[in-house]
Amino acid sequence: MGDKPPFDEMYNADGSVREPYRALAQWLEEQPDKALTLMQSDAEAIFRKLGITFAVYGSEEGTEKVIPFDVIPRIISAMEWRRLSKGIEQRVKALNAFLYDIYHRQEILKAGRIPAKLILQNAAFCPEMMGLEPAKGVYAHIIGVDIVRVGPDEFYVLEDNLRTPSGVSYMLEDREAMMMLAPDLFQRSKVAPVETYPENLRRTLESVAPAGAGSSPNIVVLTPGIYNSAYFEHSFLADRMGATLCEGPDLFVDGGKVYMRTTTGPERVDVIYRRIDDDYLDPLTFKPESMLGVPGLFNAYRAGNVTLVNAPGTGIADDKAVYTYVPEIIEFYLGEKALLQNVPTYNCTDEEQRHWVLDNIGDLVVKEVHGSGGYGMMVGPTSSKAMHAEFRRKIEARPDNYIVQPTLALSTCPTYVNAGIAPRHVDLRPYVLIGDEVRITPGGLTRVALKKGSLVVNSSQGGGTKDTWVLED
Amino acid sequence: MSMLGRTAQNLFWLSRYVERAENMARLLEAGYRMSLTSRREGGASEHLMSMMQAAEVDEDFNKKHTTPDVDTVAHFMMFDPDNPSSVFACLQAARTNARSVRTAITSDMWESINSAWLEFSQIKPRDVRGAKLLGLLEWVKHLSHEFRGALLGTILRDDGFAFLQAGNFIERADNTARILDMKYYVLLPRAKMVGGDLDIQQWTLILRAASAHRSYRHVYHDRYKAHNIADFLILRPEMPRSLIFCARFLEQTTETLAEFYGKKQSCNEAAGQLRSMVEGTTMDTIFAHGLHEFLTEFIARNNRVSNALSESYNFY
Repeated sequence: MGDKPPFDEMYNADGSVREPYRALAQWLEEQPDKALTLMQSDAEAIFRKLGITFAVYGSEEGTEKVIPFDVIPRIISAMEWRRLSKGIEQRVKALNAFLYDIYHRQEILKAGRIPAKLILQNAAFCPEMMGLEPAKGVYAHIIGVDIVRVGPDEFYVLEDNLRTPSGVSYMLEDREAMMMLAPDLFQRSKVAPVETYPENLRRTLESVAPAGAGSSPNIVVLTPGIYNSAYFEHSFLADRMGATLCEGPDLFVDGGKVYMRTTTGPERVDVIYRRIDDDYLDPLTFKPESMLGVPGLFNAYRAGNVTLVNAPGTGIADDKAVYTYVPEIIEFYLGEKALLQNVPTYNCTDEEQRHWVLDNIGDLVVKEVHGSGGYGMMVGPTSSKAMHAEFRRKIEARPDNYIVQPTLALSTCPTYVNAGIAPRHVDLRPYVLIGDEVRITPGGLTRVALKKGSLVVNSSQGGGTKDTWVLED
Repeated sequence: MSMLGRTAQNLFWLSRYVERAENMARLLEAGYRMSLTSRREGGASEHLMSMMQAAEVDEDFNKKHTTPDVDTVAHFMMFDPDNPSSVFACLQAARTNARSVRTAITSDMWESINSAWLEFSQIKPRDVRGAKLLGLLEWVKHLSHEFRGALLGTILRDDGFAFLQAGNFIERADNTARILDMKYYVLLPRAKMVGGDLDIQQWTLILRAASAHRSYRHVYHDRYKAHNIADFLILRPEMPRSLIFCARFLEQTTETLAEFYGKKQSCNEAAGQLRSMVEGTTMDTIFAHGLHEFLTEFIARNNRVSNALSESYNFY
């Protein structure tokens, strides 16, 4: 990182308030002493009472935790949002085109634009998907794009989450909490609504129902169950869109069709928004020992009798190694330049690049290709010499298992911490729905690293969230 | 659209567990008060043991403990996770059930059970003794009332409501029958001749455990008599914890389900049989055939309604 302080979402370098934050700054000034402390503890009580929790595997304090919520919102101007959403739309269209191609003619591999080995020998590639025609040609219906900002006009995409991106319930609950805690602040601002998400999710899921499903398709949310870390979100989404929340044993396949076991006997299921990983979906096709999925589900899917959302095998498009090719992918399928930038990424299988990486590891971020949730990664500047040495060894042993990026100076946003209000690093995950059309909810989940100087925002690593406001013109 | 069989089952058990938590608190209160007023040496332990027999937790207790003193029994009934009927275990099970059917219950119901569980799990068992114990028992009853209030005030009157109500009243009928069975010998007609202080004290506690010691006076305008007490808790349709009230309610609930789904099933028959057992009979007939036998049969038939519901609506 350079000597320059990182870009702050609220303040210009000269200390003046940036335009979108004017109302907030004034409101903060008017708050009496202790008001924010009170709001913070009210927020905690609201979340705990509502049971908005996530499970922490292996945590000793009990299995459920409330994700820390910060009462100072993150604000995005209408103009900034227009730029972002254009870039996001471009990206998700290209990624879906890429998936279609990869599971059909594989033109991009034939053209030599991506090494075939990287795709065909990738664990996230799902050969069972070859030749399958998903409804409306969509593979990834629900995408959460992780974006970071390093300057007024510099946004980078950190990661495209195409499997089962989570956190959208926090986006909705953060908004609800914020409206409860600071209604007067909303009255002074024109904030775009995020509450339309569940309805749009339903419309998206209906639009990709199999042809025979009729005008009111039967939609279910498939969860691994109450011990899953995102169970709250699964039940929340099912509830808000009026779908049935199912676990594997609630469903069965008969004659190539999927049914759920109801009080009046079997009932046909048309669309499954599954929050179970590919490998666990169907023990007959994937992991035989899995108890979470539904035997025969994949065949019913292949026969076109049920829609799986997202489709199996979408993980090949958010693989960390494939990520480096997304600008290529956009150009190849859309003939356009990527509107949102990728973070420059070093390829350790290249000898020259690897040497440079090993020499400069203290300034770099190293991520395991298949890691997630902030596990299996190292942030050079905040890690010990021993950690540097350890990751050097790891990269030398398996150069293809890691991607390496420069440490970005993530933007900061004023955040309420023990010491008062202080800048903390944030990222942003907007949510995109792709069915008969692309729907991007104005807002998203802002995650904030609560520890001073930390760049890791994951909830499993002690990060919190903020309400995210997109202003209307 | 029908609900998942698993959802129906979870709703059924959710309200059974809430009701059971309340009943355990009532029973413990009765046992605890009896033990306080016992004049005989060892009498306290006897009362506590018979209370645990009524709750059918005495065997589990004996596996772990040798002496049924107040603190040990109270801890076992309230906090012991190894006792599947302890208030702790009931609330935990209720909350787990509620969590897996969050989409089928209202947020008021969820919040009530969730905050009850959070509050209860923060209590340190060591701090709950003497006067504090009675306060906590009151609180357990309140949280059950609160949950039922949220249920009655907010949920749609559909099949889910019927499953919740069925669980509630099967559990309650079972509990009232067990309370009576625990002390059936003090209610037998010959006890009229005995009628000593000890009997009166035990009758009071039976009524108290059924939350009926005040409403008794409204119905009978009379001092406590064994015959009346048995009549009150078995055959009085205006008493919401009596066997006849619960049985009638269950039959209606299964009728509602049959109407909702357009089909009568084995649970309708089972509920009808349970109701006819308490309908058109008298305490004299019951005493003549044996109170204990009557109660045992009632508990079995009540359980049959539970099993038939499970069959009829694909619980799994």
